[in-house]
Amino acid sequence: MSVTVDNPTSAEHSRAEDGEALRPHAEDAFAAELAALAARDDRPRPARWKLSPWAVATYLLGGTLADGTVITPKYVGPRRIVEVAVTTLATDRALLLLGVPGTAKTWVSEHLAAAVSGDSTLLVQGTAGTPEEAIRYGWNYARLLAHGPSREALVPSPVMRAMAEGMTARVEELTRIPADVQDTLITILSEKTLPIPELGQEVQAVRGFNLIATANDRDRGVNDLSSALRRRFNTVVLPLPESAEAEVDIVSRRVDQIGRSLDLPAAPEGIDEIRRVVTVFRELRDGVTADGRTKVKSPSGTLSTAEAISVVTNGLALAAHFGDGVLRPGDVAAGILGAVVRDPAADRVVWQEYLEAVVREREGWKDFYRACREVSA
Amino acid sequence: MSVPGAVEETAGVHAGAEKAVGAGAAVVSGEAAGGAGVAAVDWPLLLGVRHHGPGSARAVRAALDAARPRAVLIEGPPEADGLLALAAEEGMRPPVALLAHAVDEPGTSSFWPFAEFSPEWVALRWALRHGVPVRFIDLPAAHSLALHREERAARQEQRDGFPEVAPDGGRFPAEGPDGEAAPGEPGPGRGGEGQGPPDAGAVRSDPLAVLARTAGYDDPERWWEDAVEHRGASGAEALAPFEALAEAMTALRERPAGDTGHDRAEAEAEADAGQGPPSPREAPGQDRDLVREAHMRLRLRAAQKEYGEQVAVVCGAWHVPALRERPTLTADRALLKGLPKIRTEMTWVPWTHRRLSREGGYGAGIESPGWYGHLFHAPDRPVTRWMTKVAGLLREEDRIVSSAHVIEAVRLAETLAVMRGRPLAGLAETTDAIRAVLCEGSDVPLDLVRDRLVIGDVLGEVPDSAPAVPLQRDLTRLQRRLRLKPEALERELDLDLRGETDGARSRLLHRLRLLGIGWGEPAAGRGGTGTFRESWRLCWEPELSVRVAEAGVWGTTVQAAASAKAETEAVSATALAEVTALAEHCLLAGLPRALPVVMRVLADRAALDSDVGHLAQALPALVRSLRYGDVRGTDTGALAEVAAGLAERVFVGLPAACAALDPDAAQEMRRHLDAVHSAVGLLAAGPEGEGAGAGAGSGGPDGSATADGATGAEAAAVRATGADATGAESTGTEARGAVPTGADPTGIEPTGAEATGVEAAEASHPAGPDRSGIRTRWWRVLRVLAGRDTVAGVLRGRCARLLLDEGELTAEEAARLMGLALSRGTPPAEAAAWIEGFVGGGSGGMLLVHDERLLGLVDRWLTGVPETAFNDVLPLLRRTFSAYEAGVRRSLGELVRRGPAGADPAAGGPGPVLPGFAPELDGARADAVLPVLYLLLGRGGGTADASVVTGS
Repeated sequence: MSVTVDNPTSAEHSRAEDGEALRPHAEDAFAAELAALAARDDRPRPARWKLSPWAVATYLLGGTLADGTVITPKYVGPRRIVEVAVTTLATDRALLLLGVPGTAKTWVSEHLAAAVSGDSTLLVQGTAGTPEEAIRYGWNYARLLAHGPSREALVPSPVMRAMAEGMTARVEELTRIPADVQDTLITILSEKTLPIPELGQEVQAVRGFNLIATANDRDRGVNDLSSALRRRFNTVVLPLPESAEAEVDIVSRRVDQIGRSLDLPAAPEGIDEIRRVVTVFRELRDGVTADGRTKVKSPSGTLSTAEAISVVTNGLALAAHFGDGVLRPGDVAAGILGAVVRDPAADRVVWQEYLEAVVREREGWKDFYRACREVSA
Repeated sequence: MSVPGAVEETAGVHAGAEKAVGAGAAVVSGEAAGGAGVAAVDWPLLLGVRHHGPGSARAVRAALDAARPRAVLIEGPPEADGLLALAAEEGMRPPVALLAHAVDEPGTSSFWPFAEFSPEWVALRWALRHGVPVRFIDLPAAHSLALHREERAARQEQRDGFPEVAPDGGRFPAEGPDGEAAPGEPGPGRGGEGQGPPDAGAVRSDPLAVLARTAGYDDPERWWEDAVEHRGASGAEALAPFEALAEAMTALRERPAGDTGHDRAEAEAEADAGQGPPSPREAPGQDRDLVREAHMRLRLRAAQKEYGEQVAVVCGAWHVPALRERPTLTADRALLKGLPKIRTEMTWVPWTHRRLSREGGYGAGIESPGWYGHLFHAPDRPVTRWMTKVAGLLREEDRIVSSAHVIEAVRLAETLAVMRGRPLAGLAETTDAIRAVLCEGSDVPLDLVRDRLVIGDVLGEVPDSAPAVPLQRDLTRLQRRLRLKPEALERELDLDLRGETDGARSRLLHRLRLLGIGWGEPAAGRGGTGTFRESWRLCWEPELSVRVAEAGVWGTTVQAAASAKAETEAVSATALAEVTALAEHCLLAGLPRALPVVMRVLADRAALDSDVGHLAQALPALVRSLRYGDVRGTDTGALAEVAAGLAERVFVGLPAACAALDPDAAQEMRRHLDAVHSAVGLLAAGPEGEGAGAGAGSGGPDGSATADGATGAEAAAVRATGADATGAESTGTEARGAVPTGADPTGIEPTGAEATGVEAAEASHPAGPDRSGIRTRWWRVLRVLAGRDTVAGVLRGRCARLLLDEGELTAEEAARLMGLALSRGTPPAEAAAWIEGFVGGGSGGMLLVHDERLLGLVDRWLTGVPETAFNDVLPLLRRTFSAYEAGVRRSLGELVRRGPAGADPAAGGPGPVLPGFAPELDGARADAVLPVLYLLLGRGGGTADASVVTGS
């Protein structure tokens, strides 16, 4: 699981005190570690890679080098996932990182690019309005009009630059990009070339070029990848936290950070409520109770760690402003209901069943049960 | 989850792998330099193997081909020597298992499974093909089973009442006589995980796995391949790996537990680094090893005397050093003295890959028999061939997999292998590659691959000439004991289940039916519907013997086999109703051991099934099972819990499921409604069920609001008494919230009604999740349904009727609901459907006969139906009324003809006047009957009694 769960754009509100960038790029923030790894790295490196695949994996998973340099873990999760991801980049296949929101897709992709190419900035942010120019190239119209079409008038996209320089390009939220725009990637990924018909030229990808895309697998169907494009990717699904404790840890850490930035008073008994929220989320998500004895239906919502964080943060705000400052079941009940019941018909039944079959009979959950019943009515 | 520090691990792994590989290579080259050919063989040829290791199997084949021994000795029970020839027969197809069982007690048994890729099997087939004598040399099953029995008895005493995993031993092939690993797998190849006491320690149970782990491999087969096979050992070098292995084993065995400073061999040093000190071996396991090895040595000596020096031995790698030693004959004999012995029999039984695998539930075995089989059979490029196989499977399942996908998957697997420092991609790499490329990151198709290919659906076959399976013996024994002769002549058998013999007979027949041995078919009982009587039609047909033989794969006793089959069926069942039927069957057949599994599956299915129809279908069978269980004295606690949970789910889901149904679906749902209703009745009628039901039935006569108030008050009363402090408190608050709902004059909640309804049900449930509240909650659900407009008329009517019958709805309320349903605003067809629901069925007519008011409502509505609509509702009404008995129909007709004139519709007034009856009881005329009545009852005419009768 990720150490930091959010997207770079929204992260770390309180860092800009001493003139530093609000959020430095991965290759800058961890420059020392990268340098140490590069110095110690004697294994073969693919063309234009800054590090060998082994060193990249170490950079992500953390470890201690022979000279005692400590590499902090960037991604806490199954080793297998990082290995497959790095291996994919070492072949000429593109990498697609899938996962529900809040599973550190962007984080992993940034650090992979930083470790492989030393540059994580060749980034295309996918939105519903991403045009083809963002992936291929655009024109500097002043030059175009003044001098006619030429290489100088051409504005290369990050992907085009990555191809020309043999770097790693990143595409965020691939499935949010309209399908026809997505498909421009097919030629790039299969032919490794980007034709410029206006000039009768093309840009051929240099060895070392590769592409990391991230996509939200709950958004499938929004702009689902065509099978032709999908075939060009090796897919790695980033899982949700494996154990409840890890998730509680992530949630409480983030809640703490957010809470501090919102100047909410610290909640002394909060950890129990956080554990409860995480338990509810995990049980509904996994479709089975924590003790593994009872199956439950899963609602249509994603119930990701990020949502658990927001439920708890909301609850804290409620407790701070309208309650007695202590996080109580009633403060989180409404938030949980909102997160679980997305589809008013089906999810409500799921939630009712969960309440009746699991929550009602659980030791020490009576107050929570009552709070939920009050808000569900 | 990985943790910081993983890099050290990786480094260690790589170093370890290199070292191991280096060691292997060194030995290989050394041997090659030493000279090749048969002459160089150091007889006896000791081939230490990893049980079920395809790599070992190949190496054994190569070694045998190279050395050409005069006789082959294999680790296994010597009693099987007579059966070995069967292995060459046409009809013998692995996986198969040798089965040894005590003659007098088929439950005491153990299995020696062989897959095609088992080294023992390969050696066996090699010997048979080359006409070389082959013998089994392990401790005879007569001793090992006897020892096992003793041990088990001792353990039983020790634990005293602690349930054994498999008390009659019929179903635990993996646990052999020595209690830690099956005798066929006495050494490596059988992880000790989850199986018996961990006395042996990982080193002893699978030394190759330990070596592999220390070299950084998760899969011992991979390590064997990498360290041994892919080092290019072939031809004359075929014996080299065994030399290296024997050396490593010697080192492992010599080292005393906990001594880490000893580095005789590199492998051992690695074992220390990676593994830590091995767990100290417990005496019994080690002793057993010594005894077994002594026996092996004796047999080896005898074989060498008989066939000359050139004898090959295939045994677990662990035993090789012991066989190399040559203690005196007398020392070995002394070890074997005084071993207990029982009479045993052996036979071959078919086996499956699933049983070889760990996932089969046997706790020990190999994880990937399918993959091993593939490795064994693939002539070259195993990864490419594997990927092609996987692609084929996925295509069959309609996933789009192109050749390009396969190419990419192979590339990724191979690059991953390089990344992980392995000479060739193994199962872990191929699986990762399949997930990333072929399955688009999803685990769902991957599970399919795991199930179908990595484990595989291979079923072994055994020739007909193999001796009878113990199941048949057990059956014969039972038949004799229960005096049930298998006869071809069909006959009827009536059983009174309260008798011990009859009960056992019934269980036997039910178990056989579960096993697909249709000796007896249940017949319609003569004794009516009583639950303690059963009738069977018995007929033994010759082919049933074949069925018995087939069923032998499930276990060695009828009970164990039936349990195993029931569990498997439960897991693979698709429909919820199947599982419930199975649960019922398990109870009938007296299989308490299978019941937990079936119950778990049932609970899971019920939790995930969102079709209330399915749930409603399942409930009655379950409740019936509960009743049967009561009769037969089985423990039905789990069942009751599941049934209650199921009912709860039905309650939650029903209101939503009843909305917006077409007439056919509504009819279907009405059947479900009735089924659930009677099931709930039975459920609530359990030991603790009556009190609350009766209490909640005391709703006041003034409509729903009061009824709710009454139950709310009841809950509050419970709180006051403090019978259940917490439970009552919560229900008290709920009840207060629920009263306004009930007070709603129409009783109709346009939105979210199911929530409030269920909640209202909750309110009247005073003491937690016991069974007592079920009926009350059910009534609440019915009330919600009865009062909701979107529910089909027939269902609303039915609900009202059920409530009325239960006394939960007063006559006034019923009349009000009927008035609503039959008012002018309601479409006539809908109203007719309501009538069908309300007064449909056999007893509905009597209701109308006795409650003139209801009849009047129907009558008024019917006369008000416009002519055009009348034709539409006629079929429905006809269906409703034609179901009544003729007498009822006539009474109704007469009542209607007479018209509503005679009846006074004042509330609470005397009942309607039937034609020919006076409005009041005529006491004098009634008294006139009494003398005759007393005469009939055989009592003297006591006037006090008479006055009571008349007064009432």
